[in-house]
Amino acid sequence: MSRPQAMVLAAPGTNRDRDVAFALELAGADPRIALLNELVTYPGMLQSAQLLVVAGGFSYADALGAGRMWSLELVHGVGDALQQFVAAGKPVIGICNGFQVLTRTGLLPGALGHNDSGHFQCEWVRLAVPASRSVWTQGLDPIECPIAHGEGRYVHPDVAALAAAGQVALTYEGHNPNGSAADIAGVCDESGVVLGLMPHPENHVLARQHPRHGRGTATGLGLALFQQGVRYAGGL
Amino acid sequence: MANGARLTIRTREPDPRAAGLLADAHALGLTEVTAIDVADVVFFAGSLTAAGKKKMEAVLVDPLLQTASWTAPKTGIETELLPGVTDPVATAVTLAAHTVGLPGTEVATGKHFQIHGDLAEGTVATLARRLLANQVIERWAPAPLVPSFIDTHATAEQTVDHVAITGLDDDALQALNKERGLSMDIAELHAVVAHFRGVGREPTDVELETLAQTWSEHCAHKTFRARITLDDGSEVTPLMKQLRGCTDAIDAPFVRSSFVGNAGILSYVPGVTVAVKAETHNHPSAIEPFGGSNTGVGGVIRDVMGAAHHPIAITDILCFGPTDFPADQLPEGVLHPRLIESGVVAGVADYGNKIGLPTVAGAVLYDPGYLANPLVYAGCIGVAREGEWSLPGPKPGDLVVTMGGRTGRDGLRGATFSSATMDATTGDVAGASVQIGDPITEKLLIDVMRECIGLYSAVTDCGAGGLSSAVGEMAEGVGADVDVALAPLKYPGLRPWEVWLSEAQERMVFAVPPAHWPALLTVCERHGVEAVSLGTFTGDGILRVRSGDLTVLELDTHFLHDGRPQRTMTAVLPAPGRAAAAPPVCADPAATLLALLAHPNIASKEHIIRRYDHEIRGATVVRPLVGEGHDGHADGVLLAEPADTHGLAIGIGVNPWFGITDPERMAHAVVDEAIRNVVAVGADPSSVALLDNFSWGDPRRPSTLGELIAAVQGCCAAASAFRAPFVSGKDSLNNEYLGSDGARHAVPPTLVITAIAHHPNADRAVTPDLKAAGNALVLLGATAGEFGGSHYALLTGQGNDTPVPAPTANGPARYRTLHTLLRSGRVRACHDLSEGGLAVALAEMCIGGRLGATVDTLPATDVTTGLFAESNGRFVCEVPPDDLVWFLDGLGEPAVVLGTVTAEPVLRLAGIELSLDDLRTAFQGGAR
Repeated sequence: MSRPQAMVLAAPGTNRDRDVAFALELAGADPRIALLNELVTYPGMLQSAQLLVVAGGFSYADALGAGRMWSLELVHGVGDALQQFVAAGKPVIGICNGFQVLTRTGLLPGALGHNDSGHFQCEWVRLAVPASRSVWTQGLDPIECPIAHGEGRYVHPDVAALAAAGQVALTYEGHNPNGSAADIAGVCDESGVVLGLMPHPENHVLARQHPRHGRGTATGLGLALFQQGVRYAGGL
Repeated sequence: MANGARLTIRTREPDPRAAGLLADAHALGLTEVTAIDVADVVFFAGSLTAAGKKKMEAVLVDPLLQTASWTAPKTGIETELLPGVTDPVATAVTLAAHTVGLPGTEVATGKHFQIHGDLAEGTVATLARRLLANQVIERWAPAPLVPSFIDTHATAEQTVDHVAITGLDDDALQALNKERGLSMDIAELHAVVAHFRGVGREPTDVELETLAQTWSEHCAHKTFRARITLDDGSEVTPLMKQLRGCTDAIDAPFVRSSFVGNAGILSYVPGVTVAVKAETHNHPSAIEPFGGSNTGVGGVIRDVMGAAHHPIAITDILCFGPTDFPADQLPEGVLHPRLIESGVVAGVADYGNKIGLPTVAGAVLYDPGYLANPLVYAGCIGVAREGEWSLPGPKPGDLVVTMGGRTGRDGLRGATFSSATMDATTGDVAGASVQIGDPITEKLLIDVMRECIGLYSAVTDCGAGGLSSAVGEMAEGVGADVDVALAPLKYPGLRPWEVWLSEAQERMVFAVPPAHWPALLTVCERHGVEAVSLGTFTGDGILRVRSGDLTVLELDTHFLHDGRPQRTMTAVLPAPGRAAAAPPVCADPAATLLALLAHPNIASKEHIIRRYDHEIRGATVVRPLVGEGHDGHADGVLLAEPADTHGLAIGIGVNPWFGITDPERMAHAVVDEAIRNVVAVGADPSSVALLDNFSWGDPRRPSTLGELIAAVQGCCAAASAFRAPFVSGKDSLNNEYLGSDGARHAVPPTLVITAIAHHPNADRAVTPDLKAAGNALVLLGATAGEFGGSHYALLTGQGNDTPVPAPTANGPARYRTLHTLLRSGRVRACHDLSEGGLAVALAEMCIGGRLGATVDTLPATDVTTGLFAESNGRFVCEVPPDDLVWFLDGLGEPAVVLGTVTAEPVLRLAGIELSLDDLRTAFQGGAR
């Protein structure tokens, strides 16, 4: 069986592109890291991919708000190709900085503000998987993985409506680390093919990556999320 | 520019920075302040059309999160970064303006503050000066501030000055030395004079500055290479020679390169090499904490890149004054430790998090001795495939290529600055010596280097001394001819010497064979990284620097690198008391244990550690925080690439309190501690390599130099005993502050040892958190009543009449045996004993495991010794009851079976009975 081609998009300052490429490979995809300026030069590159990841990091140093610059360059450079990709029903995921970028481009609802702690936080969280329209989270068990961000507080003017529309895809369970509205960690678009989340499931794809691996109380491999996305992409 | 457009941006929700600023203001004694509102300001040079404003606002403001106004506030104060200070935000806004069709828009950034409360006269100015604007990099004014922009049309005369020195007498030479801030001694000045008399001309200003930088303590390690005579007339082997000799004698098979180039190189598995390096950035961090630590991290990462390795992790060790120090008692010109701490931590986090490397190991220490001289150590580890790092070196005809950031006036004379004593005016005059880093540019350099393997014959980073140091080092014995007029500049108007000596960050210099130049440029273009050829390596052994046709420097590289006379120094060795004395008697062990757990040096560092990304790359298998609640401190940390079975363990040893009393034993103890850390996590003790980083006072004082000698001797003795070679090191001397009272304040002797070791099985790492009730607890190693420099003594004032702990008797054999036992996977937890002794170690194991322990046997008849002594070479291990006999038999030496792990969350120990909640409250300060 052929591996679905996955494009991992990186801008200057993206730094979890390799981590997510490793996760995609484990999940059965054929990942390729593409730089934003390459994609702007050759927008056709996107058409050959069946799955798109907007990877995490500090694109353009997060100047004046996380993801602002990257979303601007993305919309100006390949906005049409991106719209076509989504319209074709191909799965897209934005992780951390990628989530921030996708909300700014308008592909995902809401916005990400400064953590209520006022600073960057790195810690593990447990994610519940409510019933939603997201093609990425269908049938998933709860996931445990780290967050590593300073601007992850999810803001939306009407979270009840968002939940009712089936667009709340992942929520923090037990501990809301950043003050996100309704404990929201990840949301999807109306079609369900675009998912954005702040935590990093790509950093829990091996059992030993869990901090309680040695205690025998580790659960919730993040790999499952990528397997689901790759499976969906492969079935298109 | 009064007509320039400006946008003030506020958050809709309360800005989280406001609460921090208010707390800081109160800590400074300004309790009448009730609130500080903060907003970001973007200044545009010139006016914008209504359409232009709309476009920029759409980019800069997220209406769900922020509100914005183009009208300048008329009250409050405003700050801006000084023109020329690195400002990635302004750069990004300029790029955004270009993207939305407003090319050539010049931008500056700042902040607006509204201060509330019934304010006394002068409070606003005090706040601005001491909290809101660091005048090293920022300026402030009542709102609305009129911004200043860098002059983009400045010109500088491309001239060179000759400095008449060949006819000067000693007094005149000393005056010149001081006036130009050369930090040379008279013998060095004489050598310069003699050289130029021989050449038959006066030196240029560029040549003098280059010699001062190359011969600075920071770059030349004059003290570590000095000829030292003791007060009895005997001579001491130069310190560097002692350390190298010790490494040579150990002759470890895994050491590939030591004390050469930018980093130590190791190899544990065929085909893969590891580069390790640690640095200090103390002086800059004292006057601009964020920029100082920020560029310290950036610099040590470049050291590893300069060794042609790919960086994989960062370490940081920070030493601050007490954060509750009374603000009104601070020495003149000294920042409050609270502000230094928050700035330094933010600086480390900013660089590490943005460049995408995990910050994995470290320590944070507090002592009044660091009040005026905070210490910031940063380390980096990198990997490479065999052969990538062993470069041939520059060949005649190779291009001298500079890559990465542009050159500005940043950090001029940083090397000479860091080699001098600070005083109350340092912050004012040293402004240009401090820089702000740009981690994204360095990240791009890492990406480029990953794809440029084989395209260059040598590489080094631009650190202290800038191009002068980088090109000067690479040209040693080969020679080079470079034109500084070709260097890409941040802004025009730099004179040749400024370009040559600028310490602008994020630059690397490569020697590139002309045939590979096009390929290298292609990679750079793909990543948007600037690379420029400044000239060629020549082969004539002469370093020649030009600005166009004007020669500004022409020096024989042999004189530049070998012409410095060996420094001669005198020392008096310390004579610490080592006679046994009766140990102190603790009246209330339970209260003492809680006080130790709450001591800033021992208490949880979670609030700092969580500011750093330690997860990125997915290779951090044992993090600095471990256990059921992820909040116990680890001993060593373990890195293992996701695809590998083996890994690298990292441990840190540091104990200045031992050093104050007995520097030799201190050195032995911290080498032991660093090794214990890596052994405890399961690494192989026969694979340990060490880094030494000394931060000391002025070595020209014979007693201070004597303490340094004693510490080096302790290092060598310990390294030899453990067969753990030093592979790289760095010394930062002159960490002194000359108070306006005329008194000199030196830091405590602070030696940081980093241990790196091979871990054979990353799936089987051992951590200190207790795992299961019913398991036995066993203490390895001997305990003695030595309290000198212990935290018990620090806390109670008792015990300093007893010695600093002696080197452990059979540590090396014990660690090898323990390693064999740990490899079996049957030992469930292992924790090394350090500050606070057995009682603190057991409490930490309980906290990590959310379990209790009942201990009925102590290692000493005297309770205080049993609980709180800090003897070297000790571990507590947790072993299932069925494996206890196997474990004790396997040890091959006596051990103490202390007691058992309990499900009941209570620590019972020699009359102490404390609940887990009590322990956690003390350790964590009730946080979380």
